[in-house]
Amino acid sequence: MSALARALGFSVAMILAFAAITYVLPQVKGEAPEEEEMVIGELTMDSFVALGEKLYQGKGTCTLCHNSLGRAPDMLTYDVQSTSLERIADSRYQGQAGDAESYLRESMLEPSAYVVEGFGKKGSNDTESPMPAVNQPPIQLSDIETDAIIAFLQQKDGNPVTVALPSADAAPAVEAENTAAAPALAQNAEEAIAKFGCAACHAILGSESPVGPSLKDVGQRLQPDQIRISIIDPKAEIAQGFPPIMPEFPNMALAELEMVVQYLSQQTGAQP
Amino acid sequence: MSGISITLQRFRNASFRRRLLTLLLVAMFGLGAVMLAPVATADTHASEQHSAALDSAAGNPETALEALPAPKPKRGDYPNIGTSSRAIVWVFAQMHLFFGALVLAVPIFVLVIEFIGFKTRDDRYDDMAHEFMKISLTAYAITALFGGTLALSLFLLYPQFMTYMMRAFGSQVLIYALLFFLESMLLYIYYYGWDALRYGNRKWVHLTLGLLLNGVGSTLLVVANSWSTFMMAPSGIDPASGAITGSLWEIMKGPLWNPLNLHRFLANIAFGGAVVGAYAAFKFLAAKSAAEKAHYDWMGYTSNFVAILAFLPLPFAGYWLMAEVYAYSQQMGILAMGGILAWLFVIQAVLICTILLAANYYLWNGMARTDGGERYRWMIKYIALVLIMGFLVWITPHNVIYSGSEIARLGGSAHPVLGPLGIMPAKNIAVFLMLVMTFLSFQLYRRADKEITVNWRHWGNALMIAIYIVACVNIVFAGVYYGYFTNTVYKVGSSVLQVMSTVVVIVSGVVIDTLMFKGAKKLPVNWGMVSNRSQYALFALPIAFTWLMALMGYIRSSVRTHWHVYAVMKDNSPDNFIPPLATVGNMVTGITLLFLVFVLFIFWIANLSGTRQLPPQPQGDVALAGGGK
Repeated sequence: MSALARALGFSVAMILAFAAITYVLPQVKGEAPEEEEMVIGELTMDSFVALGEKLYQGKGTCTLCHNSLGRAPDMLTYDVQSTSLERIADSRYQGQAGDAESYLRESMLEPSAYVVEGFGKKGSNDTESPMPAVNQPPIQLSDIETDAIIAFLQQKDGNPVTVALPSADAAPAVEAENTAAAPALAQNAEEAIAKFGCAACHAILGSESPVGPSLKDVGQRLQPDQIRISIIDPKAEIAQGFPPIMPEFPNMALAELEMVVQYLSQQTGAQP
Repeated sequence: MSGISITLQRFRNASFRRRLLTLLLVAMFGLGAVMLAPVATADTHASEQHSAALDSAAGNPETALEALPAPKPKRGDYPNIGTSSRAIVWVFAQMHLFFGALVLAVPIFVLVIEFIGFKTRDDRYDDMAHEFMKISLTAYAITALFGGTLALSLFLLYPQFMTYMMRAFGSQVLIYALLFFLESMLLYIYYYGWDALRYGNRKWVHLTLGLLLNGVGSTLLVVANSWSTFMMAPSGIDPASGAITGSLWEIMKGPLWNPLNLHRFLANIAFGGAVVGAYAAFKFLAAKSAAEKAHYDWMGYTSNFVAILAFLPLPFAGYWLMAEVYAYSQQMGILAMGGILAWLFVIQAVLICTILLAANYYLWNGMARTDGGERYRWMIKYIALVLIMGFLVWITPHNVIYSGSEIARLGGSAHPVLGPLGIMPAKNIAVFLMLVMTFLSFQLYRRADKEITVNWRHWGNALMIAIYIVACVNIVFAGVYYGYFTNTVYKVGSSVLQVMSTVVVIVSGVVIDTLMFKGAKKLPVNWGMVSNRSQYALFALPIAFTWLMALMGYIRSSVRTHWHVYAVMKDNSPDNFIPPLATVGNMVTGITLLFLVFVLFIFWIANLSGTRQLPPQPQGDVALAGGGK
């Protein structure tokens, strides 16, 4: 074989080997954020909260830093309502907010008003936040979108949603109505299981339904992480011998999800 | 006598060489001053422009134009030619960058090699430098062709974006064109004048031409870089509207400009060295005589030396660039290093490890050229062990998407033992140890053909060993302590200690060896006595470099996400998404293969220029010759 053919063969094989690696990595596509089309008059508090969650995960790019990797406080792991009030009372607080809702809005529009210890810009001694103002480029959330995220953050911990639904009508009237219209959160795991109709298909809480796998001993078969995944993404893994018909629960609050996961992971089949 | 008279008198009394150099330096600075004059003038009037721009209604048409906000094209405003516009621009831009890197880098080390040949009066250096330039010259025309095609495709496919860029950079593009003319003239004079300006004072003229060529080439590089960094981190504009408010200089000197300049300058040299190394390897494998083999073996060694010398400081330049990206926008930094693009760093790890393994393998094989190499052969297996362990740590991912049953088998979302190796501190330890080991291979190779004779050699060696041990311990300690036992803020700080440890090893290694090599006994080096297998390492280097450049260029460009100019001008084209990794892999592979085809064409052309057809023999002579036997 000539030197040229050997060199060429070796080079092409290397190039293709590098290309092959990209095929074994997760294939995720990063879509540009789309402008949410919303008919203000048709918004309910449920859909407004759902919009807030979608923005929190998507266009708002909140989870890029607010996650479990320690780049910014992970807001999904604590009660933002009570934490907001604690921060307002902190001597380092520089803002104007008087309640949790206005604190949350301020923290998104003027992030340096209060910087959580250890999360400031390098060299700023925690007086300057690295977080961009969410109403400015590159995030550019509208006022309504900012409010939707506040609604989501309030609702996730079971706190009353105080943000007004966007409306052309007088805001105070809508606000009062909305507070009442906020979806009622289940107070415990049994309530959550009843609310989302788990017993219709699964054997749990007195039900013996054979449609889905029994949950009476699920804690013995699955780890809490697996239970969580099977609720969030029921199609991820289908139990052998059962049809893939379990729906997703987009309106299940995180607090409710955690209650259900904890409850189910304790179900080991043992008689009480 | 006035100061001017004294200077003139000194100039008249100086030797021809000094006078020539002085004139050329004056000409070079004069040229620079002329080039930058419009920039400086614009700078002086920046504040006036700013106020005029803001008051555009009353201003003249030019200032009103600058006060225009950045265009906001809608999906329908982008020309549709039936195929992905981004893919077209991607191919042309990357090909232009590859050849541009080669053309700008080769004359840098050619000039150094030429100077070494001149100082040592060794014609072999001069011939080799000339041969390197042959490759650069052929690549030059291809660079220009791809550059022109890129510009046309950008104006055709992204007209609003180019309108905005033209508004921002204005007359600078004409300066760029002028520099391009100068570069062409200097390149041709430098190459074709090589033999005419070979000895004595004429060689100084030639070296000065080389210096001017590199000066103009580097200016071209930094001017073009300012366009890329403006798109990533725009400056000299009103952030709310995108209106041009600053001078050209303010627009150019964005926060990422200098880090990118340094990073590309070093990367270009490493890339250029690797490509000409492949040329030498190809010629080595095809060589018929021992003399030819010796020449191309030496050429390959020099190319590898250049590539690795430029490659070693590259991670530090990359670190500076990423630190500035984080300082400019934490969101952008996290997107690159911890977001959707982070997976591509697994491939980066494979590519860089390939480069390090290939470079080390070539050096280990090269030790066979001299008997002195036997002394260090026992160390190779330990260096290889560290490199392979480092490679394995580097490619270990932290979190991947698992199914429920996989989580059950692992006992959590990260592996209990391998999980900690997936995070950055472990990878930093691996990277810096690999760099230190590569330098060790390099140092052993340099010592292989020498017998050190200074009487303090034992102390010198002991000091060098101590520096290696302390540096390695420091790299591991800083990574483990700051990476696993402190909070996130200090994790980043640990890499500064690791960088310093690596730099201390490299600098002290060069200094100690330079002092110890004084009066050293040179052992014979048998050029050409190296295995054919080792030459494949010289092919692996440019292939991995090319793939890596295309990949990292994509990441750098993609951190802008759906913005043409970050946070100023949105990209609403149908291609404004980050494609899946396999699509990226396909594009990068396709571009690398295309580059390979063009490089082979260049090698063929370079070979062809040295081929001479023998004059046809008259029929009668052939018959006579045959009949005479």
